[in-house]
Amino acid sequence: MKELALHILDIAQNSIVAGATLIRIGITEDMQGDLLHMTVEDNGKGMPSEMVERVMNPYTTSRTTRRVGMGLPLLHDACRAANGMLTIESAVNEGTRVLATMQLSHIDRQPLGDITGVIVLLFSANPSIDFVYSHIRNGNSYIFDTREVKELLEGIPLNTPEVIKSIREMIASNLDEL
Amino acid sequence: MTKVKSLADLKKMKDQFQSKIELREKGEDPDSRVQIKVAMATCGIASGAKTVMEFLIEELDKRSIDAVVTQTGCMGYCYAEPTIEVKLPNQDPVVFGYVDNKKADEIIEKYIKNGELVDGIIPMNYNTIDNQ
Repeated sequence: MKELALHILDIAQNSIVAGATLIRIGITEDMQGDLLHMTVEDNGKGMPSEMVERVMNPYTTSRTTRRVGMGLPLLHDACRAANGMLTIESAVNEGTRVLATMQLSHIDRQPLGDITGVIVLLFSANPSIDFVYSHIRNGNSYIFDTREVKELLEGIPLNTPEVIKSIREMIASNLDEL
Repeated sequence: MTKVKSLADLKKMKDQFQSKIELREKGEDPDSRVQIKVAMATCGIASGAKTVMEFLIEELDKRSIDAVVTQTGCMGYCYAEPTIEVKLPNQDPVVFGYVDNKKADEIIEKYIKNGELVDGIIPMNYNTIDNQ
């Protein structure tokens, strides 16, 4: 895993499995404070506190196909390598919030990568889940909300190839302008 | 075509989207679509599942194949990631391993278009990943 965008794709997968109907993804790049923080927040089934304590351990996983889960440990590592940390808050039946912080200018901080592609992939592959993506760069912000787009398109599925292409263009051009 | 920059631009394209959908659905029932699931857990993502999924979505559209591409969790074949499951209409699903863009292209051209089996199939007997 060499890009932060791929970590987001991976962590969001946990939210999907947790039965979330709304997933909020947030990225803040603050050059003045030399801080990058990323959040993935869902309204899924949540975890009891003893599980939260164990999730950083790669030998903890909810999957049934094998006994290791590397998603959170890998992100934890990426945070620590860049002078940051990973925090997880969760409440049963309410949801989970994963917060990753990093030093923005740290030489070992992974690049953001293709975040537009990840957001597009998430909503097009999971039509029944809503996504809110907010990106703040030095005080300027852009928010993309699939609920807004669904209302606007009145029943046209967001995973129609032409729609995917147009939304990708929209997100990319807005991020460029931040 | 002008670039889509805002929700207002997107709204202007609504009719265009609608007509594309109608064109595609003409005379075809939804069950006749090809269904593809890309395994998208830590193992898959780290091996390039995102690139393959984007390739599939784009190429299937370009080659006018009516398909739905969705994602799924780990299928348990981490050694063979990226893995994809392809279900042709009225057929049992087939899982392919070690799928990069080149392999994906071969799967589209040979298996999806002609029903011809290609190398890299992971043998298994189940109905679909979701029932496991």
